[in-house]
Formats: sequence, structure tokens, C-alpha cells
Amino acid sequence: MEESFSYRLWRYDGQPGELIPLLQSAQDHFGYIPRRAIRYIAGVTGVPESEVYGVITFYSQFRLQPMGKHVIRACDGTACHVSGSRMIIETIEDELGIEDGGTTEDGLFTLSIVACIGCCSLAPVIMIDEDTHGRLTPSSLRKLLREYRRREKQAAAAAEAGCADRA
Amino acid sequence: MKKSKTQVIVGMGTCGLSAGARQVHDALSALLAEHPGSFELSGTGCIGMCYREPLVEVREKGRRTIYGGVTPELAAEIFERHVRGGDVLEENVALNIADGEIEGGQEQGFQILQRKIVLRNCGTIDPESIGEYEGSGGYKALRKALLEMQPGEIIEEVKKSGLRGRGGAGFPTGLKWSFAARYEADRKYIVCNADEGDPGAFMDRSVLEGDPHSVIEGMIICARAIGASYGYIYCRAEYPLAIRRLTIALEAARKNGYLGSDILGSGFDFDVKIKQGAGAFVCGEETALFASIEGKRGMPRIRPPFPAEKGLWGKPTNNNNVETYANIPWIITNGAGAYAAIGTEKSTGTKVFALAGKVVRGGLAEVPMGTTIDTLVNEVGGGIKEGRKFKAVQMGGPSGGCIPASLGQTPVDFESIPATGAIMGSGGMVVLDDTTCMVEMARFFLNFTQSESCGKCTFCRIGTLRMLEILTRITQGEGEPEDIERLRTLGAQIKEASLCGLGQTAPNPVLTTIRYFRDEYEAHIRDKKCPAGSCQALVDFFIDPEACTGCTLCAKNCPVGAISGSAKQVHVIDNSICVKCGKCMTSCNFGAIYKR
Repeated sequence: MEESFSYRLWRYDGQPGELIPLLQSAQDHFGYIPRRAIRYIAGVTGVPESEVYGVITFYSQFRLQPMGKHVIRACDGTACHVSGSRMIIETIEDELGIEDGGTTEDGLFTLSIVACIGCCSLAPVIMIDEDTHGRLTPSSLRKLLREYRRREKQAAAAAEAGCADRA
Repeated sequence: MKKSKTQVIVGMGTCGLSAGARQVHDALSALLAEHPGSFELSGTGCIGMCYREPLVEVREKGRRTIYGGVTPELAAEIFERHVRGGDVLEENVALNIADGEIEGGQEQGFQILQRKIVLRNCGTIDPESIGEYEGSGGYKALRKALLEMQPGEIIEEVKKSGLRGRGGAGFPTGLKWSFAARYEADRKYIVCNADEGDPGAFMDRSVLEGDPHSVIEGMIICARAIGASYGYIYCRAEYPLAIRRLTIALEAARKNGYLGSDILGSGFDFDVKIKQGAGAFVCGEETALFASIEGKRGMPRIRPPFPAEKGLWGKPTNNNNVETYANIPWIITNGAGAYAAIGTEKSTGTKVFALAGKVVRGGLAEVPMGTTIDTLVNEVGGGIKEGRKFKAVQMGGPSGGCIPASLGQTPVDFESIPATGAIMGSGGMVVLDDTTCMVEMARFFLNFTQSESCGKCTFCRIGTLRMLEILTRITQGEGEPEDIERLRTLGAQIKEASLCGLGQTAPNPVLTTIRYFRDEYEAHIRDKKCPAGSCQALVDFFIDPEACTGCTLCAKNCPVGAISGSAKQVHVIDNSICVKCGKCMTSCNFGAIYKR
């Protein structure tokens, strides 16, 4: 169903309104929109680079910097807000040492505060990548984040052991 | 429906999936593999009772038993005792339905006052199966509209039904269609606004996930009525499941001849494309939405010309939201009279609400227009969580306002709600209790609209920022006596001098809270107190000696050393040193720290 970035570019033959879908597939492909993609898309569509950049910065979905391996979307919608989302967000900031839009030094997590992910009855809610975690408390959240860290460490250790074996 | 064997149906909407429906589905599918043919397993969209997710329904010959809070273990028990043994697990039954009538279950109070038109299929059919939609009467209305009715007759029928736009403004739908029908052009467009951006609203997402065909059918009927040949569904990228199900539904509709050329042999051509939004609240405004579909920055433009004359790509365009389109097939099938008989005289039909916040039963409820706020909160919603006091409802998202509990008898319709200073909006209803600070609430919404302002109009761009600064300093205990008047003047000016709905409504949350909760503003400004005990700078932190285990974590995390106490002893906060950062509260694993 999803078309690849290169296929979309190749198929493009001047239909109007394709700029945003092209940018979306570039972001799917690279994880963000690199400089060279802007130049390339501008060249193919004939839309000036400055205008492409204007569209990118208008919409909150687009990113000009690479993201961490796991993207945490912390919901600060109305229902979550009245159920203590500020405390949840502060806990993430505290635990990971990053703020909204930031990425941890090890490149594992990016934090993004969003307006509503539509799971209001499970408030307060966060999404880590595609998984939603609801009814959080600061301590259950800490556990969750540490679990992700632990799994990453294990995977890294396993990968290293694998390399050592081969050597 | 076709099958006679026992069906087991798992609610697989976003709320269900986030509560663990996938694991439950996996457990059931493993059981099915062990005992082939013992039941039929399928998924469905949002059943509405989000607060009891994951939900699993066992359906046998006209009898539907819906279980709530199902874990993989409970699913195994349901299989063992109910599916194989025929023994209902009464203590876990959320709802019992026999031949379409609600018979019992713990949650019947949530359902009994509801009247389902838009949600008629949500939670009962498999949204990924066009056969199930057709089986429950789907695409009959389209057949009737294409083969038995003239376009003018369709518009008349919609006009007579009294249906008004469910996106929030409540413009009569039939009238809107007649405008777009009037203009001649080589191309006309239909747009479905599925850019549900209000925080606290998830009605449209649930309809798209649970019954995508009803929206598509409504769009095709509308296209026929106004003579459009192309349609767009503009859906938030944040709704991946809705987009996936829409894509499946569109493909199936094309295959069955409901989309494409010469639909059902009527000679009418029409097709629909999905456009993914890229995250901009202002794109809910129709002219901004068109700009976004055209691949530009989503900024609104001056009207007139109205979209009916010059809309998308400069062609006549009709734009309605998801819920409006989902009503259309029901109206065509059951007649305008049947629809107009529901609700009030000027606001006919039903309205779907997303109940959230401090209410016991948070979820999706469809009630006749004119139902009171009290009924929605106390009867459908089951009252306030933890037995606290009902303070207000916030309606209409960031463009709406707060209606105090004292106006709980207000009927929800397009006349009564605006009279309170709030708006109907698209249907988000966030219930607030006495721990919610209204000044902070107003600041929260203004923070949202301020950052979502597209920047075109000066008053919206700068005025909202000034209002936000004032509100922020009030919540920090630095408010000045003149601030309330400043907010009111600025608010009135922003409403007057902004081009689009975002700016025209952005001050609403502030103006309504000043109107109904002025004393809270005054307490913040004059007494430097937050009556709800919510604004961090204006409260003191305490440790509950009963709950404190003396783990020392809070003391370790306190940046100013305001917490004393030794290991395994109850700790104490010295409020003369405390800087109110709240670090102790987020670090405590026992919930022992509270603020007042």
C-alpha cells in the first residue's frame, strides 16, 4: 500500500498537490527530511527550495533533524492535562534528561509533546513508537522507560557477543 | 447477519488496542488453532465503552454478551466456560443485548439513553469487511439515491431532515449542498474533513475506524446531489488505523462498483482519494484545509468567494465533516421525517460526544440533541471519578468554553450551548472536577491556540501571545488587579479582528472562565492562592505520613534540600525552603506527596 520515496518521485509527473505526500514519504524513508531531499524534491516539482522549506516548517509532523530510535509522544491533550500529564512529562524529562523535541545523547529516545492522541479514556497516555501506554503514574512510567533501556542494552550485548563469536 | 455459529468479536479500535486488545485477540486465536471450528473470531471498531476496554463480545443467535476489562487469561476462561460450556461469566459482563434490546450488564446505564445513528454499525460489524456493511443495510441508500432520486430531490430530503453540520458551526447541510449544486463548472469537488484536531475529541476517529463505509456512502450521495466527480478525505496522519481502514474500504467500494465510472449503472462517475494531514490544527478551517490539499502551507483566506463557488483548486467544493456524512445514508434510507423526529425542533437528530476527563465512564456516546449536560455527565457518564464534585464541562475544544455545573440543565443543541458562551464544537466534552483550576485550564487552551495560530492575522498571532503571558503570570502568583479587564478587552479585539475560526474563537475559554469563575481569577491575583490546589507556584507540598515509607528518594531528588528525614522514617518538607519544582512528587513511588 505504502509507496517508496523513490517510486513516488519517479512516478511524479506534475500532478498538483503532491508536495506534502512527497515530503511525507521522504520522512518515512529517512526518518527526517535531510537537506538533500529538499533540494531533490524542489528540483523534481519545480517548487522553489524556500517554499518547500516553508511548507516543512509549517506542519508539526515534519522534522529537519534525525530522530532517536524510539519516539515518545507524550500526550498533553485536555483529558490528559486534567489527569496530570504535566507530571508525566516532567518525569520523562527528568528520567531521560531531554526536553520537548530533544533526543537523548545515546540516540535512543526523542521526546515530542503532542496535543491529543485520542485515547482520552486511558489518560494520562504516552505513545512509544506505535505502542500506547495508558493510565500512567510517575513510577509506572519510570519502570517502562527502564524496561526499554534494559532491552536495548541486552540487544546491544547480544549483537556484540555475536560479533565476538564470528571473530 | 450470515453466521449461526458462536462468534467471538474483539473491539480493535485505537482505545481497545492501547488497552491490550491485540494480546487478547492473539490469545483467542491460539485457542482457535487448538480447537479448530469451535467459534469464529473477528474484530470490530470502537464499541464506545472505552473505559472498559479491552472488550470482547460473544454473539450467539440474536444474543450478544459483551465482556469488559478482558485480559488474555479472562479470554481463556470465557472460551472455556461460555463458548464451550454455555455458562455466562456474570461478574465480567459489561452489557447484555438480546434481539437488539439492552437486557442487563454492569454498563447498561451508559447505553440505555443512547440513540445510535452515526454509530449504528460501530462495534457491531467488522470495519474491514464490506460484506458486513452491506449485510446491515449498507449501500442501500446509495442505490436509492442514484437510481430512484433526482439530485434536487436528495438535497430537498437532506434539507427537510434539518441536519446541521457536525463540525461545530451547525450550518444547515442541505442548504450548503444547494449552494455547491447551483454553480456550473467543469469539475466540482467533495471534501470530507477528518482533521479532528481538538484535544479531547475522538468521535470522528472512532467512526472512521469502526464504520468507514458509512462516511464513504454519505460522500457518494453528496457528490451525486451536487454533481461532483472527485472527492478527498483529509485525515490526520496521527490516525494511522483510520487511514488504513479507509484505504481498505475505498478499495472494496471500487471493487463492488460503488466508486469509479458508471456507478451502479447510473452513468454517474465519482472517486475518492485520501490526503494525510501533516499536523496543523488550523487545517480544520476549510480554506486552510484546501490550501493543505493543494500542497501549500495551510493558511486560511478571506471569504467570499465561498467554497461553494471557488473552493479546492478554485472549483466549486462542498466540505462536511465525518459525522455529517455518516448521517446521510440513514436519512436517505429512513426518510427525513424519521430523522427530524429525533432531537429538538431546530437541532434535529443525534450528536456523538467523546466523554473524557474526570468522568467515571469515559467513552463515546451518541444521544439525541437536546439531552442535558447533567444527563450526559451523571447518567451516561456515571458521575465524577473518586466521588469528587462536578465543577464544569469544557465543550468545543480550544475554541469552546467552560460551562459550570450550575448550568447543568442546559440542553446540548446548537441554540442553547452558544448562549452560555461556549460552542457545540465537534463533540469533545471534557468533564472537570473541583481539583481543576479554571485559570490554568484557560491558560492551557490558549497555549494550544497560540502555538497553532498560523500567523496571518496580527491579533491572533500577537494578541493570543499577550493573553497567554498574562494568564501565565496569574497562575504563577504574579497577576495584577487590572489583568482581568486586560484579558477581556484583548479577547474581544482578537475575536473581532481575526480572519478565521481559530482566532475568532481562541479567546472563548478565557472569556467563559472569567464569566463563570471570576472568583478564581481574583483569588490567584489578590490572595495569591489557587483554590483548586493545582497551580504549582501557589500551593504547598506535603508528605502523607501514612503513605511515606522513608525510602529517602524524595530527599535525594530535592534540588534545595528542603526534605528531611532518615531512612525508614517519615519525611517532612520544609515549605520555607521549598521552591515548588514538584520533583519530589514525580520521584515518589508510593504517591505519598500531595499539594494543597
